[in-house]
Amino acid sequence: MDELTREFLLESYENLDRLDQEFVKLEAEPGNLELLKSIFRTIHTIKGTCGFLGFSKLETLAHAGENLLSMLRDGHLALNSEITTALLAMVDAVREMLGSIDTVGNEGERDDHALVETLARLLKPPVAIKEETPPAKTEEAAKSTEVQPEANIGEILIKRGAAKVIDVYDAVQQQEQGDPRRVGEILVEKGAVKPQELVEALNLQQQARAGGTSDSTIRVEVSQLDRLMNRVGELVLLRNQILQFSNSSEDSGLLATSQRLNLITTELQEGVMKTRMQPIGNIWSKFPRTVRDVAMSCGKTVRIEMEGKETELDKTIIEAIKDPLTHIVRNSVDHGIETPEKRLAAGKPVEGLLSLRAYHEGGQVNIEISDDGAGLDLEKIRKKAVEKGAITAEQSARMTEREAANLIFLPGLSTAEKVTNVSGRGVGMDVVRTNIDKIGGSVDVQSKLGAGSTVRMKIPLTLAIIPALIVTNRGDRYAIPQISLLELVRLEAGEAQKRIESVQGAPVYRLRGRLLPLVYLDRELRPGARVDTAKGPAAVNIVVLQADERQFGLVVDEINDSEEIVVKPLGKQLKGIKSFAGSTIMGDGKVALILDVLGLAQSANVVGGSREHALAKEAGAASQGAQKRTMLLLQCGAEGRMAMELSLVARLEEFKPELIEKAGDQLVVQYRGEIMPLIQIADVLHLAKCESQGKEAGKTQVVVYSEDGRSVGLVVDRILDIVEESFVQQQPAKREGLFGSAVIQQKVTDLLDVHSLIRNAIPGFFDGQPLSQER
Amino acid sequence: MADAQQFCTFFIDEQFFAVPVQQVQEVIRYQEMTSVPLVPPVIRGLINLRGQIVVAFDLRRRLGYPDRPEDQKPMNVVVRADGETVSFLVDEIGDVIEVEETLAEQPPETLRAEMRELVSGVYKLNQGLLLVLDTERTVNGKEISHARP
Repeated sequence: MDELTREFLLESYENLDRLDQEFVKLEAEPGNLELLKSIFRTIHTIKGTCGFLGFSKLETLAHAGENLLSMLRDGHLALNSEITTALLAMVDAVREMLGSIDTVGNEGERDDHALVETLARLLKPPVAIKEETPPAKTEEAAKSTEVQPEANIGEILIKRGAAKVIDVYDAVQQQEQGDPRRVGEILVEKGAVKPQELVEALNLQQQARAGGTSDSTIRVEVSQLDRLMNRVGELVLLRNQILQFSNSSEDSGLLATSQRLNLITTELQEGVMKTRMQPIGNIWSKFPRTVRDVAMSCGKTVRIEMEGKETELDKTIIEAIKDPLTHIVRNSVDHGIETPEKRLAAGKPVEGLLSLRAYHEGGQVNIEISDDGAGLDLEKIRKKAVEKGAITAEQSARMTEREAANLIFLPGLSTAEKVTNVSGRGVGMDVVRTNIDKIGGSVDVQSKLGAGSTVRMKIPLTLAIIPALIVTNRGDRYAIPQISLLELVRLEAGEAQKRIESVQGAPVYRLRGRLLPLVYLDRELRPGARVDTAKGPAAVNIVVLQADERQFGLVVDEINDSEEIVVKPLGKQLKGIKSFAGSTIMGDGKVALILDVLGLAQSANVVGGSREHALAKEAGAASQGAQKRTMLLLQCGAEGRMAMELSLVARLEEFKPELIEKAGDQLVVQYRGEIMPLIQIADVLHLAKCESQGKEAGKTQVVVYSEDGRSVGLVVDRILDIVEESFVQQQPAKREGLFGSAVIQQKVTDLLDVHSLIRNAIPGFFDGQPLSQER
Repeated sequence: MADAQQFCTFFIDEQFFAVPVQQVQEVIRYQEMTSVPLVPPVIRGLINLRGQIVVAFDLRRRLGYPDRPEDQKPMNVVVRADGETVSFLVDEIGDVIEVEETLAEQPPETLRAEMRELVSGVYKLNQGLLLVLDTERTVNGKEISHARP
């Protein structure tokens, strides 16, 4: 393809994109002559150029469109939706032909006779035009926009009648004589121009200049930018290596130079990244047209609102989210927004509203697509999911609303009553999620029946270079993307053995009262290998990570620095391993693997085997209607499995047996300058004593309850877990101190009545009777 | 010479092997490797090849030979196979030789199964037999694609 044709294609594509928007806008304001003119010019240019290049089919079609447009422009015809549809069809046809020229070099085998005829037929007005375009508008438009790019502020002011020629002349003279101020400033200070007028004039000047920027931008091939990005990636790696060398060197010159290299590399990296950034508006700009087409085809009227068009994302990410976004937008219009009749009946405005919102937040971009439609019918979704066998009826009954709403991301679920060509075939939302997952984003839907739904996406800014924490396992380094990192915890050798407990064999750590499941990196990477327990006490490094809204601690040998790493894909042979997300080259030139936090969590069963599984599991734990409660699970006595509301727990403490003293008959312990009475739950409830009560760990586990500054300690045998579940109390209380029993985590659990327990054991506790002299 | 092919030759446990020279990107000395957990033993690790990360396949393990002694460092034959750049770890590098097609024969039936699967042809040379490897099959197959979970 020759240069000329390529240039023509590029230019035409851009123009066509703009046309789509302009047509939709034109429909809203049919009298806008400026828009019509602009559309006419675009089509005219295309027609002219393709005549020149010998694309006759394209020329004929564009010509027919141009004729119709000129009638509209001159006010001989009024725009109606039939004309708009025909013109849009023409734009589509032109686009298709351009595509064909792009790929095979000719216009293709299209037959556009019908379309050309339609366009010609529409030329004859069915009825006489009554509505003339108001001439005043034309004049006004001319006044405000016809500013030459090279116009100076004085000229603009004079043209707008805001300043007198003589004043401007004086001001310019003054400036030439050495006044450093600008002409506008001088005029305002002299009182010759109102500041307000000046601001408007300056805006106009800016617009005019912006319109004339054709010289200050150039087109660059994306592949060129990609190569550049790769090179910068390598430079970043080299920089890291140099920094490592220079840090171990005494040479101050080398240090200074490498610092400078560091700085410049960072700037260069940012600069190149920036060239790859595109405003999300680039893909949004197609949506007004999409929305219009979909709305028309299902007899709805929908307005689209956009906020944060200028939010920038990496080109590759923009590409990756384009289809998912389009799908959601179509879905929202097709299924979300109701027909006008239904909307009226529901007391809503006839016109539906679809709003798009994008904004930066914490190194990520959030994109929200909301509609004010009917919202998701959760009952229907549940039913459908059960029908399809995606979840069981029991799970469905236990799901929270939000979980049920997110079922739409399961494959094969569509609640559309009829399958349209737009959507409803049950493919789509799962693909949306897969695509968003692929680029490391997440997607979530929230909905309110009758009020609409919102799909929310979180998207990373860029994929190429990410900050990561470097950890070591058996001498090998691994990178953990910083985005999943919450905090780092280090347990010293002596402490580690005490603080890491186990719940049915699974190691956990109490992080500020919450049980954090622990995953040993070594065991995950070398399954089957024997764990050398003989290693003796060593410090434990825990990297607290977040995966799929769950936290877990990754135990690693060593935590090194955090570093900017360049993500390189894994070879085909390694792609199947869930635990790795990619590879990178470290400062010393060696290769390190990037851990896939979610994959790691899944293979360690911290989150379910797959998301769906996780969802189902979550759902299985939730029960209908009941609110979720956070419970502390305890073991009291040999077999007593107890639960108490976590909100009643002030602290979890451990005391060495020798610290426990007796005050009269009461077991007490010195705690924060107080004497805290202890209640042995097992004793109070007459439970069988646990054989190894507290002995293995050599300490007594105490749940501290506080009220009015007084504390009491409940002695238990083990803290089992903290769970967030909704459950139904099933059995009435068998004895004092218990509310009854319930099934928590598939096990029968007694619910502790903490208040009555304390009242029984220490009768005066709630009456404010002093328990210790110190108070 | 009509119908001659060029091969990049190398040795594995004294046996003479080769791959078609067009598929070879370069031959380099021993490189430090980063081992990859959870993969079949055939994959020895990852090599940084001037900024490009390539997977290193141990041909001894792939062809069913015993591991090379600890003190013997393997050499890298970097090949393009199945759309990717990978490295074959071999004992020693030989010459690039030109061989007439007429010397080619089908691999003998008596060859060990794992070998027969990967050897696309045998050339009868004066200095012995030359086994030509099918690079594509070498980097695929059930020993490799089914990475252990």
